Amino acid sequence: MSRKIVPGCVSTMIWKKRFFKETCCQCGASDTEIQNEELENRGKVRKKKKKNENKRVIISNLPFGSKKWKENPNRYYDSNEIKTTKYTILTFLPKNICEQFHRFANIYFVFIAMLNFVPVVNAFQPEVSVIPICVIMAITAIKDAWEDFRRYKLDKEINHMGCYIYSREEHAYVEKCWKDVRVGDFVQLRCNEIIPADMLLLYSSDQNGICHLETANLDGETNLKQRQVVMGFSSQDTMYEPEFFQNTIICEMPNNDLNKFKGYMEQPNHEQVGFNIENLLLRGCTIRNTEAAVGIVIYAGHETKAMLNNSGPRYKRSRIEQRMNMDIFICVGLLFVMCLVGAVGHGIWTGNFWQHPPYDVPDRNGNFVSPVLAGFYMFLTMIILLQILIPISLYVSIELVKLGQVFLIHNDIDLYDEEADLSIQCRALTITEDLGQIQYIFSDKTGTLTENKMVFRRCTVDGIEFSHQENERRLKTQKELDLDNEDFAKLQHFTLPPTNLERSATYKHSTMRPLRRCQSDRVHFQGHKRNRSVGRRDSNQSQVAFSSPIEKDVSPDSRLLRRVQEAALQTESFSPLIHTKTSTSFTDFFLALAICNTVLVSTATEPRQRVTIPPPIKPSGITLERINQIFQRLKLASLSQSFSSSQSSSHLGASYSAKNTEEPLAVLESCDNETNCSASSRGQELQDKGSTDIGTASLDEVFRSATNSSLPTDFCYEAESPDEAALVYAARAYGFILVSRTPEQVTVQLPQGTLLTFDILYTLGFDSVRKRMSVVVRHPLTKEIVVYTKGADSVIMDLLDNSAEGNISIEKRLKRIKERTQKHLDYYARDGLRTLCIAKKVLNEDDFQKWANFRREAEAAIDNREELLIETAQHLETKFTLLGATGIEDRLQDGVRDTIVSLREAGIKIWVLTGDKQETAVNIAYSCKLLNQRDTVFTINTENKETCESLLNLTLEEVKKNYEYNKPQRKFFGIIPTSFSVSEAPSPEFGLVIDGQTLNIIFQGGLEEKFLELTQHCRSVLCCRSTPLQKSMVVKLIRRQLKVMTLSIGDGANDVSMIQAADVGIGISGQEGMQAVMASDFAITRFKHLKKLLLVHGHWCYARLAKMVIYFFYKNVCYVSLLFWYQFFCGFSGSTMVDYWQMIFFNLFFTSVPPLLFGVLDQDVSAETLLRLPELYKNGQNSEIYNLSAFIITMLDAFYQSLVCFFVPYFMYKDSDIDVSSFGNPINTISLLTILLHLALDMKTWTVLQLLTMICSVALYVIFSVIYSAVCLVCNPPTNPYWIMERQLKDPVFYLLCLITPVIALLPRFFIFSLRGTIGASLILKAQQVDKLPKGQQDLEIQKLRSRKEATSGAPVASPASNYDLDQSINHLCVSPFLYPATALSHGDTENQGVSASDPLGRKTHEEGYYFFNKWAEEESAATDSSAGPFFGHHPLVPSRETAPGQDGGKLTKDYRKNFNYGSHRRSLSSVTL
Amino acid sequence: MENKKASFLPREGEAQPSRCPDNSAFKQQRLPAWKPQLTIASVLSSFFLTGAFCLTVGVCLVLSANSVREIQIDYSDKCSDCSKLRENTSNWNKECHCSVNFTLKEDILGDVFMYYGLQNFYQNHRRYVISRSDAQLLGRNVNIQRSSCAPFSTYRNGTPMAPCGAIANSVFNDTIDLFYNRNSSMIQVPLLKTGNSWWTDKNVKFRNPESYNLSSAFAGTARPPYWQKPVYLLDEENERNNGFVNDDFIIWMRVSAFATFRNLYRRVQRVRHFAEGLPAGNYTFQISYSILSDSLGLLERCREMERNLNTLLSDFPVTRFKGRKHVILSTVVWSGGSNPFLGIAYLASGTAATLTGFVITGIHLKLRKKKTYFQKQ
Repeated sequence: MSRKIVPGCVSTMIWKKRFFKETCCQCGASDTEIQNEELENRGKVRKKKKKNENKRVIISNLPFGSKKWKENPNRYYDSNEIKTTKYTILTFLPKNICEQFHRFANIYFVFIAMLNFVPVVNAFQPEVSVIPICVIMAITAIKDAWEDFRRYKLDKEINHMGCYIYSREEHAYVEKCWKDVRVGDFVQLRCNEIIPADMLLLYSSDQNGICHLETANLDGETNLKQRQVVMGFSSQDTMYEPEFFQNTIICEMPNNDLNKFKGYMEQPNHEQVGFNIENLLLRGCTIRNTEAAVGIVIYAGHETKAMLNNSGPRYKRSRIEQRMNMDIFICVGLLFVMCLVGAVGHGIWTGNFWQHPPYDVPDRNGNFVSPVLAGFYMFLTMIILLQILIPISLYVSIELVKLGQVFLIHNDIDLYDEEADLSIQCRALTITEDLGQIQYIFSDKTGTLTENKMVFRRCTVDGIEFSHQENERRLKTQKELDLDNEDFAKLQHFTLPPTNLERSATYKHSTMRPLRRCQSDRVHFQGHKRNRSVGRRDSNQSQVAFSSPIEKDVSPDSRLLRRVQEAALQTESFSPLIHTKTSTSFTDFFLALAICNTVLVSTATEPRQRVTIPPPIKPSGITLERINQIFQRLKLASLSQSFSSSQSSSHLGASYSAKNTEEPLAVLESCDNETNCSASSRGQELQDKGSTDIGTASLDEVFRSATNSSLPTDFCYEAESPDEAALVYAARAYGFILVSRTPEQVTVQLPQGTLLTFDILYTLGFDSVRKRMSVVVRHPLTKEIVVYTKGADSVIMDLLDNSAEGNISIEKRLKRIKERTQKHLDYYARDGLRTLCIAKKVLNEDDFQKWANFRREAEAAIDNREELLIETAQHLETKFTLLGATGIEDRLQDGVRDTIVSLREAGIKIWVLTGDKQETAVNIAYSCKLLNQRDTVFTINTENKETCESLLNLTLEEVKKNYEYNKPQRKFFGIIPTSFSVSEAPSPEFGLVIDGQTLNIIFQGGLEEKFLELTQHCRSVLCCRSTPLQKSMVVKLIRRQLKVMTLSIGDGANDVSMIQAADVGIGISGQEGMQAVMASDFAITRFKHLKKLLLVHGHWCYARLAKMVIYFFYKNVCYVSLLFWYQFFCGFSGSTMVDYWQMIFFNLFFTSVPPLLFGVLDQDVSAETLLRLPELYKNGQNSEIYNLSAFIITMLDAFYQSLVCFFVPYFMYKDSDIDVSSFGNPINTISLLTILLHLALDMKTWTVLQLLTMICSVALYVIFSVIYSAVCLVCNPPTNPYWIMERQLKDPVFYLLCLITPVIALLPRFFIFSLRGTIGASLILKAQQVDKLPKGQQDLEIQKLRSRKEATSGAPVASPASNYDLDQSINHLCVSPFLYPATALSHGDTENQGVSASDPLGRKTHEEGYYFFNKWAEEESAATDSSAGPFFGHHPLVPSRETAPGQDGGKLTKDYRKNFNYGSHRRSLSSVTL
Repeated sequence: MENKKASFLPREGEAQPSRCPDNSAFKQQRLPAWKPQLTIASVLSSFFLTGAFCLTVGVCLVLSANSVREIQIDYSDKCSDCSKLRENTSNWNKECHCSVNFTLKEDILGDVFMYYGLQNFYQNHRRYVISRSDAQLLGRNVNIQRSSCAPFSTYRNGTPMAPCGAIANSVFNDTIDLFYNRNSSMIQVPLLKTGNSWWTDKNVKFRNPESYNLSSAFAGTARPPYWQKPVYLLDEENERNNGFVNDDFIIWMRVSAFATFRNLYRRVQRVRHFAEGLPAGNYTFQISYSILSDSLGLLERCREMERNLNTLLSDFPVTRFKGRKHVILSTVVWSGGSNPFLGIAYLASGTAATLTGFVITGIHLKLRKKKTYFQKQ
């Protein structure tokens, strides 16, 4: 496998070698001296480094063979072997014990155990007391060891992954393990290989010295990143020869900043070449699109940026645990009090004797201690006696229970995503129950709520809207298709690399290399239909950028397709009669879609192999002249509709269109009339050209060549942003297929099958200032220089060329097109689509040359180059001709709506924190029911603190007013039946939209409290344009100030900080790599899984654990107080009536398993009911099960029960000849029964397991006691239980006692339980009752419960019927009128300012919106398509809505009147999401 | 737990094709389960059934407890003369008797048990409870110095005490005899010395060291300082009741749970007049304190210790710790002694349960009415 030098390069290599030898010879002896000097210097540097730590010096390893290794300065650096284990076999014990002592409780227990060995406390069996803590620590240690072993195995796997390192001996790259990679080594990487260490890129097979990198494993970004070969090395176009590397690399010390790196390279001639992060290949990334790359290792192993970033899972403490720790302190207090009582009591008791009675035994030396001292000693004795008041087993039990809970969550089939073959991953094992207490959810938008799959939905060309209903239908059926395919997917058990929980993603490709070949075959075989899932399954590398069929297969709109075909024909025929402007703009539109992007093309058969040259068939026959011939030929055959086999779908489309007779004829006519279009001249020109050169090729020939050229059909498009790809796919659907792209050329296949290769003159990339991108190309046929631009509508619309050189009709037409397009855009925006405008501009040669010079200057400029570049871009991007606009759907994930509605009903506030634009975010919020159309939405965008403050104040006032206004209404609602309240207009709720800048001001200006107050009144909050830092700041603010439980969910690297800031972080694994997953506590695959995770598992986990914790406290207090009560009867001497072993086993074995099982398995309400009644979640939110009052009540109950358990036997055996152990035995038995029965009362679900453990616990106790008291003659000296159990088992009194005591002890509890069921039935109880009902009745009952809830709370849940009509009631995205003056004050907020300045205009657009809307609805209804959209049939509601606010009072009417904001929410698309 | 952990492991290796969780009832938490519900029917039935059951049992218990005849005589003051006598150390070797008369108004039929009762004697004191060596009592030759017997383990000269420890040392040593005054003649009621302790104690837990005779078995040991005679002279008449296996000793060694307790002392042998139990009539308890024997010449050491420890040497002096001594004659039924508590507890809880049942019924009826009223609206 060693990679020898490619033969073709040999000659140059030899030449180079010679050259270098010469130079070396010239240097001669001095060279070695210098080297030595350098070495010394480096040694010093190394020493110095200890002090200042800011430099790292690296030289090539190659001069240092195995012998001279010691001289290598690189030897000090970490090797690439990684070791994430905490322990080794030797250090395990001490280290682990140390670690365990970090837990306070362990120290306490060890302290207690030590105390046992102090003689004065008269411990019975000091050795025995060590057992519990030993067991506990041993269990923990085993757990730790197991985890560490897993890490070890994983490390080993990673360390043994292979890579190619240059070897001096063999003069070639030889395969070695990752762990053998050293700093200073030369590593060669091939396409799709994972980078083993941080390396400086020295060579890339790319001519431009570019290496493409996929950093998904690192930062979650799926787009390809470019890395540049270090300057000076890029010129090499041959294989790089590491042996000549003489430079010294000086760079910064290892750090974890993924985006920063700098250093310089010192050449032997002391010339310095700088490099930065652009030249660094990071460990864990994957090489893409680059055949080979060579780099020198800079950082290895733990010093790599990837490893430094991988801080591993954090230890989080759940809220229950926090609460528990507090209660433990209460217990400590209780313990202290008990001990004090014992101590004082003993002191007094001892002091009462004037003579020492015979039972007061002196110490070993026959001396008596004074009462005070005796009291003190007794204090210590009592501590060890009552130590189990602090439940020693609690921590271990909780850990075990959580493990069990995690296991069950992990195995939930509902949370399994078949497509990704991924189940939920629980990365944090300690916070399962926090899932049941979430109050705030902070969600990312892209990829979390949405699929991050951009689907082309609609477009408008030339002012004509094409609704793409076929596409819509396809999207609907796609799901079913997917379902069908799943079975098939299940069958193909292709081996998978294990995805482990911790670092899976970074290295999971490793083991798969040998399989790659067959995998790619497989991909090919299956075609693109299942590409996505197959890719996931088989080769991870293909998962990222290949789009799913949903995105790829766009069904063309039949009308549009016909148009396009017509247009194509027309362009070919060039008949002046039917030649129209429309036709060219149709072609141009799709050309623009196909060209104006930065999409890279690769073929499906060779994933990630970039297609840079058009398929080989093309250049052979078809030249430009040839095409012209074909054009000419086609002209003759213009009546023929069929073009090529690939066009078969067009027939389908045509047949659809036959049905779809409705056409905006007016538009067509208008277009037909205006034949005098600007492009006509071009057409004329072409025609002339074509007519002069009539080819001789027959028509058949032409067709054959056309079909031939379209052979390599299955292209994969890799785009920086998914919407680019969506557009390219859309263009493809209409036959404009992007075939290849190089920096210089782009080739597009036209519907006719011809290939057009455009020369790319310039590409003006997207930036957030311009909000658009452009390509400047030279049309191959017309030789025109054309600028194609796509960008946000707000920007493009302003750049359009409105004047048509005096031609009024054209001007009018353009205006009309613009207006229509704008209307369509607005509609798209309301529909939640991302909109993009496509425009073009034809430059004449002179203008272009002028501009190009200008541009070149800008590029060469040193000072403010960026600004100049933008300026030049803006200079070019003017006076566009609008081609059309597209609507791309950022598809909501499945079930997002339902999930959000459910979570909202569960009382969770959902915030969306997104880096996206406000409009997009608002749209998504509406479409996923985060905002209701009825809601009043406040938008606060400002850059000024004062403005912000006044805005906040005003808004608050408004909100409060509304609340007061609504209050009496609510009460009213409480009484009247529900049916009545529905007819009444429900109180508007509030939404808040705020942008990142404003957030910054709020944080800086100390306006947090106001902001919080406002947000608390808001149903949902949207933070747009927020940076990752702001996201985390928001989360922290809420978490800290409101003391609420927060959950963050996100999928990308930008969500990491937010995920980490929240109490519970959830990562969505899938689209955007693993970064979010790495930082998260739970990783799910779809947003909808959140519903079950929270509502069911969260609820269960919380209920289970809370009950278990409470139970543990109860258990220990109950048991320990038994001993305490006895002190009153033994002179506070610290006697126990229970055998010590029995006592220990009581907690460790007899009563431990049932609560554990309870904690893992109990279900208070069934999953179905929990999902159907989200309100049940509030139980956990309000910490209803485990709070202070619950704790106190439980404590009191525990005291009561222990009193019963003690005093019933006490009175029973009082004044009898009972001995200590015989008294203790029934007490022990009774308390066991009581404690278990107590649990049984709490248990809501009895499966076989629970029943079995219950019975087993009792049986174990009895058996153990019988055996123990039969065997143990002298085992545990002071208390001797010999034969006691046997004797008592024969005694009817014992049974009677064991029967009555638990009854007395539990009677009050049972009474209260039954009263609760009768009187104040809580929702949980109701739900439990619902569970019992048969299916049909359940629905009815749930409906009843819900309606009751609605009636009482007055907060209406949007009923399904009313959901849709709200969708299109556009006027509800309203902002209170008071915002006008306020925004007028704000500086820099162009959007609102613009609106406030032109209020009448805003109103106008608003009204027009209505007009437009109704028009729209008519159009749609005319289409006689039932699936036309949710708004169909609802439009009559709209006007009525306008009148409706009148009832709400004057204030609201004002709102509506001045309602404006939607108009300003222009859509625009950003191809970069922050 | 084990298999849980095992299956929780992310499936490693390439043998696992799909990570799809098993669709098993356990893993999906769909095990068939019984979900108890506190419906009115179940609640009421449970309350009433419990009530009925408790009441029945309670009545039985109370009845049976009432059938127990018991007589308790405090003799701590009666024999104070002896104590006083003994307090003067010069009289240490004088024999002392005291007697207590009482009358049985009716016959005590059946097996009659004679207990001695002590009040305020904290046998359950922690240090007292510890102070014994079970191994020694098992007849094993153990180094009792390492046991928890100290300071009652060895004398200063190293002679180990047999038995060691404070419990053994403070053994109850009053001798109580019962006389039946019949026609002015005193008939000694025949009392059984043996068979009073637990069979297991007598035969398993307590064993004399193996030897050809007892005195040689205990050779090399000394009696506890408070004792008047060595352990092998506890019952010279009955070899099987001597040494460690002496019933009185065994019973004493079973430390009592409370400060007020009774220990079985003798059983009335049901022969002749007493075949049916104790007939009604006048009876006399005669309590005697035996003479200390100074066979080992350790008396001086004892004296010394006594001064230090305020020990008792002869009788069982309870006045020092404000205690009382009783003699108790009682019969026994299946439900224990005369203590009616259990019966009362059953009766009380039975009543409580029944009452609660009624209360709940009342509440339920009231609420249901209201509910229907509500629903009608």
